[in-house]
Amino acid sequence: MTETRKATSQNPTRRAWQRFRANRVGYWSLVLFSLLFALSLAAEVLSNDKPLLVRYAGQWYFPIVQNLPETTFGGDFDSDTDYHDPFIRAQFEKAGNFAIFPLNPYHHRSINYFANSPSPAAPDSDNLLGTDDRGRDMIARLLYGFRLSVCFALLVCGLTTLMGLCYGAIQGFFAGWTDITMERGAEIWGAMPTLYMLIIFSALFSPSFWLLVLLIAAFGWLGIAAYVRAEFLRNRTLDYVRAARALGQSKRKIIFRHILPNSLTPVVTLLPFEMAGAIGALTSLDFLGLGMPPDTPGLGALLAQGKDNLDAWWISLSTIGVLVLTLLLLVLIGDALRDALDPRKVVEDAQ
Amino acid sequence: MNLLEVRDLSIHFGTRQVVNKASFSLAAGEKLALVGESGSGKTVTAMSCLRLLESARLEGSIQFEGREVLNMQARELQQVRGGEIAVIFQEPMTALNPVLTIGRQIIETLQLHKGLNARDARSAAIAALERVGISEAARRIDSYPHQLSGGQRQRAMIAMALACEPKLLIADEPTTALDVTIRHQILDLLDELRVERGLAVLMITHDLNLVRRFADKVAVMEHGILVEQGPAAALMADPQHPYTQKLVQSRPARDVAEAARGTLLSAEGICVDYPVPIPGIRGWLRKGSFRAVAPASFQLSPGETLGVIGESGSGKTSLALALLNLIPATGTMRLGRDSWTDRKKEQSLRQRLQVVFQDPLSSLSPRLTIEQIVGEGLEIHFPKLTAAERRNRIVAALQDVSLQEAGRVEPLLARYPHEFSGGQRQRIAIARALILRPQVLVLDEPTSALDVTIQQQVLKLLADLQRRYRLAYILVTHDIDVIRAMAHTVMVMKDSQVIESGPLNEILTAPRSAYTRTLISSTAPA
Repeated sequence: MTETRKATSQNPTRRAWQRFRANRVGYWSLVLFSLLFALSLAAEVLSNDKPLLVRYAGQWYFPIVQNLPETTFGGDFDSDTDYHDPFIRAQFEKAGNFAIFPLNPYHHRSINYFANSPSPAAPDSDNLLGTDDRGRDMIARLLYGFRLSVCFALLVCGLTTLMGLCYGAIQGFFAGWTDITMERGAEIWGAMPTLYMLIIFSALFSPSFWLLVLLIAAFGWLGIAAYVRAEFLRNRTLDYVRAARALGQSKRKIIFRHILPNSLTPVVTLLPFEMAGAIGALTSLDFLGLGMPPDTPGLGALLAQGKDNLDAWWISLSTIGVLVLTLLLLVLIGDALRDALDPRKVVEDAQ
Repeated sequence: MNLLEVRDLSIHFGTRQVVNKASFSLAAGEKLALVGESGSGKTVTAMSCLRLLESARLEGSIQFEGREVLNMQARELQQVRGGEIAVIFQEPMTALNPVLTIGRQIIETLQLHKGLNARDARSAAIAALERVGISEAARRIDSYPHQLSGGQRQRAMIAMALACEPKLLIADEPTTALDVTIRHQILDLLDELRVERGLAVLMITHDLNLVRRFADKVAVMEHGILVEQGPAAALMADPQHPYTQKLVQSRPARDVAEAARGTLLSAEGICVDYPVPIPGIRGWLRKGSFRAVAPASFQLSPGETLGVIGESGSGKTSLALALLNLIPATGTMRLGRDSWTDRKKEQSLRQRLQVVFQDPLSSLSPRLTIEQIVGEGLEIHFPKLTAAERRNRIVAALQDVSLQEAGRVEPLLARYPHEFSGGQRQRIAIARALILRPQVLVLDEPTSALDVTIQQQVLKLLADLQRRYRLAYILVTHDIDVIRAMAHTVMVMKDSQVIESGPLNEILTAPRSAYTRTLISSTAPA
């Protein structure tokens, strides 16, 4: 009877979150990771070759959202302005004019045609982490690359989780022949050589971000389905599901209200590791040249550049740094999550 | 000199104190029972005598033959463990390693502690198995644990524990996982071995019948404190401490109303078969079947309790689930005029026939609040109720099962199952069934997961509810005490068959089968 003395009552999810917060390393990893991701989402504002705001000849311009021809700022051509052009820069220096550039004045596409040193250029005051072999700023490449990787991982995880949940839930709930047939199907699908399939597909279609998301997700849901199936098989025989059936509850309600919420633990625990896996997969495909179009800022493409330009240490070193940091944060988050959802701790907590 | 002398033993896990200054002693050849409810610290206390709990912080003194266990070096401790003090556990299936033959496991201890060579150890192991009454020991020594029955496994555990001729045996609920008939044999065996070798036994149990039968001395624990100890007979006859008094008097008392006449529910030839795999190539295409319940028939009147008693695996739970149409079965069950074969009547039957399961933790959905759990049936069967009406009924149902805090029910509605104790959870499960105003309630071992004192309260609650609502109960249990307290008629099941049935008095006073006689004699009448 002493257990009920607690002033507030908390649902299991809240308690898991509190256990997660109590793990300092995991919690701060999550905070840092979210912060980095939020920053990378604002990459256009933080790292862009166009000024945020320009005052020129008594007029205000917002080049970051506007396409302005060079003639606007006294240039000769009708083409888009290159804001790194020393002539344009000089125009902004004149009295009454000014331009506010983003923190890092390069876009991941922008090639600095007016650089002082040949590319790849070592870190200097213009490019804090140097440039890649086509003269693009490393910080910009990494920032956009990080964003692309995390977005990719989130999409892949979302898709695999959805597919795995549906497949595993149907298998586990209906069991019997449904389960056996679907299990054989999953085994056949799982026996396909993923890498070859990807190579074939990237030869058939022009590789793109969305194609990769689909392909990686198509081969990534098997693990989750297996976990969900096992959880469903276990939970469907528990007494509270029997009690719900004895109440006359419908199958749909039993699945969504009783079994599903109690089967999500392994799925949630797996998510960070799945994300780390997806980032690794994207990077390696990109590294092999099977990944995204050459223009996209992929971390794998940067690694390939690093391999081709071994003397340009800043390329490989900074890319590896970003990758290690990303994967490390994800694994730390995953570890803390696994601890927070550990059934033994949940029981201890309940007592 | 005493064999084991425990003085002022305190045990902490982290900051939590689980045992507070317990002192007791045990002489050679003596049988001490450590009694208490779950969580009272009795197992922790006993296991500390071997320092088997790694995360525990021990204070005080534990002397074994004058040597201080708490100061022993790892090497010496290893000699004492198994060599001089042996342990047998509650569940032999999990205490034996499933991938090793029982022979290997016994031989291993013999080689470790006695330094025997392989051949001698093997013959010693066979002798040990023979001693504990395992027939064909020379053949059985190569069996894996799963190939033995529950009783044989427990015997094998005892053989393993006693192979090195220890001076003290710690037995943690040694018979709880066993059926009554085997229970007695194991206790007799322990007693013989004690007389033969001067073995001292420290038995951990919550079962007072066992204590009456077996122990010389009793020590009673409550919330980590040893509240009373003394000679078993004297202590059971005249308990001093209020908690001991409560324990001794916790045998469920009979207080039930007479049943009405007429037939409410009738079951005709209920029969349950489970598919089982057939070994070999024949099993590829078809499955064999295992008969869990041979055709069983009975009738139930309003306000009557039918007690179904049997050991684990006797088919009593299968029978209950079949009545509820939760597993496939043949035969007909009629409640009034309706049966499961009529799909249109299914929802109405569900409402009138409800169930309470054994384990109150797993029978409540962990992620739903009490209000959602209890109110679920209303959503299904009375969807037209307004939110306020529904809430009133939920509150009323919880009041019916006397679940409240500081006299009020409302603060409990938003709580989750883990915030309640076992007895409270069982009350919630009863409320969930009762809120539909069922006519028949199937109770599948409703009290066997609860401590004795709580057990008594829940049974009393059930009897009150029966009187108030003229409920008919189908009470499935293995505990003859519960039958004695609750049942009007009794059905005895063994090996899937109903071997005997009739009014309670008839069964108790004139049992026809030997099995029923053993069941009844396992507990002395109150």
